[in-house]
Order: sequence, then structure tokens, then C-alpha cells
Amino acid sequence: MDPKPATYEPPPLIAPGHSFASVTDKIAAIVLSGRQPMGWFIGVTIGFAITMVLMGALTYLLIKGTGIWGINIPVGWGFAIINFVWWIGIGHAGTLISAILLLLKQGWRTSINRFAEAMTLFAVMCAGVFPLIHTGRPWLAAYWLFPYPSSMSIWPQFRSPLIWDVFAVSTYFTVSLLFWYVGLIPDLATLRDRAKRRSLQIIYGVFALGWRGSVKHWDRYEQAYLLLAGLATPLVLSVHTVVSFDFAIGIVPGWHTTIFPPYFVAGAIYDGFAMVLTLAIPLRWMYGLQDFITLRHLENMAKVTLVTGLIVGYGYLMEAFFGWYSANTYEGFMIWNRMTGPYWPMYWVLVFCNIITPQWLWFRRVRTTPGLLFCVAMVVNIGMWLERFVIVVTSLHRDFLPSAWGMYHGTIWDWATFIGTLGLFVTLFFLFIRVLPMISIFEMRTLVPEAKVQGAEGH
Amino acid sequence: MSQIFLRPFNIYSKLSIVVTAVLVGGLSIIVFGMSWTGYVTGQGVTRDQPIQFSHAHHVGSMGIDCRYCHSTVEESAFANIPPTKTCMNCHAQIWTNAPILEPVRASFRDNRPLQWWRIHDLPDFVYFNHSIHVNKGVGCATCHGQVDRMPLLYQEASLQMRWCLDCHRNPAKYVRPRDQVFNMNWEPPADDPGLGERLVKEYKIMDVRQLTSCSTCHR
Repeated sequence: MDPKPATYEPPPLIAPGHSFASVTDKIAAIVLSGRQPMGWFIGVTIGFAITMVLMGALTYLLIKGTGIWGINIPVGWGFAIINFVWWIGIGHAGTLISAILLLLKQGWRTSINRFAEAMTLFAVMCAGVFPLIHTGRPWLAAYWLFPYPSSMSIWPQFRSPLIWDVFAVSTYFTVSLLFWYVGLIPDLATLRDRAKRRSLQIIYGVFALGWRGSVKHWDRYEQAYLLLAGLATPLVLSVHTVVSFDFAIGIVPGWHTTIFPPYFVAGAIYDGFAMVLTLAIPLRWMYGLQDFITLRHLENMAKVTLVTGLIVGYGYLMEAFFGWYSANTYEGFMIWNRMTGPYWPMYWVLVFCNIITPQWLWFRRVRTTPGLLFCVAMVVNIGMWLERFVIVVTSLHRDFLPSAWGMYHGTIWDWATFIGTLGLFVTLFFLFIRVLPMISIFEMRTLVPEAKVQGAEGH
Repeated sequence: MSQIFLRPFNIYSKLSIVVTAVLVGGLSIIVFGMSWTGYVTGQGVTRDQPIQFSHAHHVGSMGIDCRYCHSTVEESAFANIPPTKTCMNCHAQIWTNAPILEPVRASFRDNRPLQWWRIHDLPDFVYFNHSIHVNKGVGCATCHGQVDRMPLLYQEASLQMRWCLDCHRNPAKYVRPRDQVFNMNWEPPADDPGLGERLVKEYKIMDVRQLTSCSTCHR
């Protein structure tokens, strides 16, 4: 076969001039040198302070109950489910990057997969806060959902999507955690070998599980990693599908639609990539990692964001279309009320954030300018939160009977809980950066020129 | 660099898997097991009441009917705790100076009710009605046990939801003729196994699907 004419050679995934040693030195030093940039201290301080706001809000919730929130009839679902769906969605990018891009042999996943997976874990933790506390009485909330050997001799309602949610999310967290940890093992061994202090050697050594880097170890590692990737791949699609069932199984206008599963999954990946960009851009700047997280990485992520954003835009369009085409009074009223009713600013800001703003990503200039990209990603994060707000609140606040109509606003405690989970997320993320290598050392080493076997063509 | 972990550590790392499994398993057995004990359910626990009132004496030896004191049990949701006046009906005449009864007399004198410890306390989210049970042939002793043999009252049943459902799922096993409801010693007749089924029909006890519907008890 004739060799194809070299039309386009993508820029390398790692800046030129790096060797095995320089990659390891650079990444391991962030953890082991003990010196952190000023941004780290500022980030942890702010994050921790906001986490304390969360603790305060949760304590007050446990004392008073959910009466401190804005929920009431007819809007019985408020910030708790909005924030839950938002956080769970954010987690999806990590799984997509780690599992699907691995199976598709996308080399550019390498420098971003580790912290994207960590982001997934922390996002799922933040999401998990809400189902636990949404009754205000967490010790009473568990027994409706877990089929443990209870003293009631009844099963949970297996026909309810809420219980599917419990299984979907806990599976998702478990698989993500295993995937992340298995991928960390060779790097933990590197840290163990490079650590100077005895205590660090022991701590990293315990978690490295006796990794010696023998061929047998690598062989088993590759098998395990591939298997976990296979397990995690369906989760990228299934988790947010099940989350969308929380709505789609109900008969509420605006929720009861078949488009919800794909539309939610696309929205989750969209928001997830926006969040990876939100984290990656300040990180590479703070730690000087432009060599590893290159403009090509940012550009690729921006492209995924654009594509999923267009799918989400299609979803909005179809919602409006179905409202008219179904000829159903309630569906039609719901979509009209969404656009022109009391929550109209929310809807149009969301259209601006999620449909109009990502159009900037068509331009290569925007995709390769980190500052601009960061702004677009931030706007998308906000837009996707608004999307969940609009879905939950506009459908509920206009009940079938006009006598039951009402309005919903988050109280200061709703906001404190939501902002508080942002603080928790930031704190966990900064702690992760401090104690674990945020970029996979051994996988980065496969990208340097030394790793290319000379003269072995077509292996 | 010297070795961090010596060879014997291998066995510890392998053991840690077993130990973790045993710890997690053991802990959950303890936690779930605890919820079945009297510490949590109150089953079989006696309490220090303001007076050492003995059901064994009043019901068992004297033969006083349940409804003499708990007079509302047939008409209302709540089987009332008798007022001090009910005690004084007899104790104005007998044992008038017994020191053990001083709190009763004090309560009567000062017009201040006795503060009993409640033994059978269902959670607030459970709707329970005594009259419907009594009128459909559920005997006092079926739930409260043979109080005529309890010197100090205690909770005979666990009052767990599974215990309620045990009867709601199969009432024929527990109902008795209405005239036997207040009989502490009634036993289902061995020669008439179909009695329960007949009574369920005769008393028009609801279908099991209705009896076990969530909103029957959680309203």
C-alpha cells in the first residue's frame, strides 16, 4: 500500500526536549519537593473556608430539618436534586477520558486522565451529599433505598428510578475509584522510591502494593486496566441515563420525554469537559505544566465540548418542537411557560450559556487561547446548572391545577449548601494535587521520543 | 537504599484483606443485629414506674376486666391510661394507708395526674387505632402478651414493622371471636382450623393488599 501523503501532522502531545528523567522529575517534584506555588495556599484557604460554610449549613439542616430550604408544595424538588444532577454530570468527563478514550487509543488522554478521574471522584462525592441529606434526617433516608436485612420485612420499591439511581451512582463511584487507584499504583511506587523521608516511603509503599515494575506486574496491570476500562465504558452512558429516569419516569410535563436519556448524557459530558478545562487551565499555569498539558490537549477538549454542546442544543430545540408537535395542552403550556413565564430570564440565560457561547469554539483562535477557553468553560458550567434548575423548577411550579401554582426560590441555606459543596470540591482537589501526582508519570514517559522503539515499523 | 518492607510483611499485606473483610462484616452484623435487640426496640424491658403497679395482681388475681381501666379501647384510637379517680374507686376503701400507694393519694389530693412511663410507644409516623383492632377480633393478649402474668408491665412484642406485617399479611392466623378479645388465656381451638378464615370473612376484614398498603398505617 502506498504511504499516504502527509497532509496533517498534529502537534506532539508533549513539548520537545523531554526525556524519561525530566518527566519523572517534573511531576514527582510537585508532590515530593514540599514547595507549592502561592496559588495552592490561596486555593486551599478559600476552599476550606467555604467547606466550613457547608458544615455550618448541614449542621443547621440537621437541627432544623428541610424547612430551612425553599422547597414546598408544589416545588418539592429544589436545590438538592439540581445540585445532585449537576455534580454527577461533571463527573462524566473523567470516566469518558479514562475509559472510552483509552479503548479508542487516544494518546491525548494521557496527561489529563489522572486529575480528570480525581475530579470525577470528588464530583460524585459532592453529588452524594445531596441524596444523603435531602430529607434533613439522613438516618431515616437510607432504609428506603438499600436492600439491607431490615427489621421491616419489606423490600425497597425496585420499580422506582430513585433506587436505580442508588445502584447506578454507587457502582459508578466504585468503578471510578478502582480505575483511578489501579492507574496510580506504578506512580505510587515511583514516589515510594523517590521519597527521602522514611514515613513517606512507608505510606506510599503501602499503597503501592509491592509494585516492583517487573514484566509480570506490567502484564497484569495492563490486563486489569483494560478490564476496568471495559467496565467503566457503559457507565459513561448508563449513569446519567438513570439520573434522567428520575425525571422521565414521572408524568410531569417537561420531564416525561424519551429524549431525556441521550440529552442528559450529552449534557453531562459537555459540562464535565467544561469542568476539566476549568481545572486544567489554571493548573498548567500555576505549576508550569504547559509542556505536558499542551494547547493540543486544550483544543481537543474544546472540540468535545463543542460537539456535546451542539447535541445539548439539539435537545433544547426538540423539547420546544415536541411541545408544539405533541399537540398536548400541558406540554405546550410547559414550554411556553418556560420561555415566557416567571422564570424566563433563567431560560434565556441558559440558552445564551449553553447554545450561543460554545459557538465561539468553532474558532481555532478561541480554542488555543487558554484565557478565552477558560471563560467559555465557566459560562458552560453556569449554564448547565441553570439547565437543571429550569428543568426541575419550571415543570413543577405550574402544577396541573392552577390552584396549586406557586413560586420557588432557593433560601440562603440552599445557596450555602450548594456553594459549600464547591468549597469541598476545591479543597479535595487541592489536597489531591499536594499528595498524589496529578499527571500520570509512567504514561507520560511513553510519549517522550526515547520510548519510541527505533526501527520497529508497523508493530 | 535499605529495604522498606522486609519479607514478613507479605503475610501482613495478605492478612489485611481478610481482616478488613472480617471487620466490615462483623461491624455490619453488630449494627444490624443491634436493631433487633431490646436496646433498640424496647422489647422485654421493664421500667421504674411511679408506682409498682402489678397487672399480674389486678388482672390475674383479682380478675378485673381490661376495660375497667382502659375504658376507651373499644371506641377510640387510644386505649386510655385511667385517671387517678379510677384507682381511688377501690383504694379509697382498701389499702387506704399502704405506703406504696402514697403517690396515688398525693395525685388525688393535689389533682395532679400520675406520670407513667409509656411502654408501648409506636413511632409518630405510624397511625394506629385500637378500636378497629379490638372490633375486628384482635385480642389484647395477641399484641400485649399475657399481662395477667406480668408483675411489672413490659413490651412483649418487638413492635417492629415486620411484626405488624406478620398479622396484616395473614390476619386469619391471629383473629379470634369478638367475645374472646379480652380473654387473656384464649387459645385457637385445635379442632377448628378454619375458624380464622371464617372470622376474617364474617368480620369483613380488609383484603391483604389493602391491609399492607403503605397508607393504611403511614397516613
